[in-house]
Amino acid sequence: MRNSTKLIILSVFAAVFCALYLFQGLNGSFDYALPRRGIKVIAMALTGVAIAYSTVIFQTITHNRILTPSIMGLDSLYLLLQTVVIFFLGSNHITIVNKHVNFILSVSTMVVFALILYRFLFKRGGQPIYFLLLVGIIVGTFFGSISTFLQVLIDPNEFMRVQDKMFASFNNVSGELVWWALGIVILTFIIGWKSFNDLDVLTLGRDTAINLGVSYDRVVKLMLVLSAILISVSTALVGPITFFGLIVANLSYQFFKTYKHSILIAGASIMSIIALVGGQWVVERLFTFSTTLSVIINFVGGVYFIYLLLKESRSS
Amino acid sequence: MIQVRELSKFYGKKAVVEKVNVNIHRGKITSFIGPNGAGKSTLLSMVSRLIDADTGEVLVDDHLVNKMKSNEFSKRVSILKQSNFMNVRLTIRELVSFGRFPYSRGRLNSEDLRIIEQAMEYMGLMEMQHEYMDELSGGQRQRAFIAMVIAQDTDYILLDEPLNNLDMKHSVQIMKILRRLVDDLGKTVVIVLHDINFASVYSDRIVALKDGRVVKDGPTNEIINSDALKEIYDMDIPIKQMNNCRICVYFNS
Repeated sequence: MRNSTKLIILSVFAAVFCALYLFQGLNGSFDYALPRRGIKVIAMALTGVAIAYSTVIFQTITHNRILTPSIMGLDSLYLLLQTVVIFFLGSNHITIVNKHVNFILSVSTMVVFALILYRFLFKRGGQPIYFLLLVGIIVGTFFGSISTFLQVLIDPNEFMRVQDKMFASFNNVSGELVWWALGIVILTFIIGWKSFNDLDVLTLGRDTAINLGVSYDRVVKLMLVLSAILISVSTALVGPITFFGLIVANLSYQFFKTYKHSILIAGASIMSIIALVGGQWVVERLFTFSTTLSVIINFVGGVYFIYLLLKESRSS
Repeated sequence: MIQVRELSKFYGKKAVVEKVNVNIHRGKITSFIGPNGAGKSTLLSMVSRLIDADTGEVLVDDHLVNKMKSNEFSKRVSILKQSNFMNVRLTIRELVSFGRFPYSRGRLNSEDLRIIEQAMEYMGLMEMQHEYMDELSGGQRQRAFIAMVIAQDTDYILLDEPLNNLDMKHSVQIMKILRRLVDDLGKTVVIVLHDINFASVYSDRIVALKDGRVVKDGPTNEIINSDALKEIYDMDIPIKQMNNCRICVYFNS
């Protein structure tokens, strides 16, 4: 089967799930339920695309297929930020109650953090990526520890609010934020699009990529910044869910068996739309909210991750 | 001509390559030889901008390398390293097609396709062009990578120990191909070699390095003599003339 055919089939599946989610059990409530469901579908599609896109490019520039961008510590920073704000300002403060303020604050903090990290690290030269990952892990653990420390001290009622933020949820995404996020994601595609061909060459390794005239440092820097922005947007929109990227990126490699990033990214994006919208439909209509999507994703993702680890260790 | 001027590389305080001056002449095979740790591969990597030099400069056809756009550079000079890591399954044809990337940026036109076919033909890979790289033997893999470099169509081709892990037959095959590239297509080949006899038989010029410095630089027949080799390797190596080849008998010296 050709890859374009596979993409079309996947798109049909995605469209079917979106339609199911939008129209099933609507009972003629076009004015009330449909716009709400529509916003949720867009939010899920957006998150899925952002995570798929950022994971694929992150794995290409790190030459590693079992890493996700969460290793840079952005998720932990997000949780730390929320915990600190609730701890010091209380859960009724405007930065928590007003979703716009919270979104802008979260995105800008994470992007600024990522930029500072890169600026600081790229100045030194040498082996930037692996050093960056190590610093990311350490800083992420540091943020996580502070968050845990504050969560232990916090008022139990306030802790409930922190806990809300700890798991990804599509159930109360604000409508206007979705448009903001959509704009940012489209922007990252416009900026990244030209470099997809360079990414294809990057799969051959650093030396071959440089030999073939790719400005390696520039492409890697650009892609790191793009994936940080994408992760920030999706995390601020629904919460930490980057583990999910691991599944869709690897499924996309297995399914398409190509080095072409335009296909890999499109495939991973559509797969994540299927998984998120389809999964949410199952959670809402079949399980009637008795579990949450992020629990299912983490469960399935965990199993798949172990499978990948076993497979990698056998092949090497 | 590639001119290397006062090129140095330090790891910490230790100089791996120190103030090296070398000219690489057009239309010749130049071999870099020397003991382990002499800085041969580092020098080659700096010339091909895989690693940055700490001091000094490299000129390719009178253009400063760090002033050139990386795409322009990749149309003039290609480099093949000894270990080529890949994260994806590719067929030979796909790999060779990557050689056209500096020209096509991923969109191959009919001219590109013609050159890709030509390169595979040249390396005798046409019959197995749709086989996957990870299913090939060492010699076939090396030939596929050289085909990619041929498709890149650069005047200068740099190779870092291309005979590593190859048996005698395949080593000779690769060296004959490099000789043909120079004699038939007018390419300039620079090659890091460990087996001094391959350097003696196939190269036009030899550059010998030791402790990060150039100790000998000249036509092959000037370097392949017992006195010069003593200086390079600290070994007494007798040299025998056989079938117009000067063979260094180093095995029991």
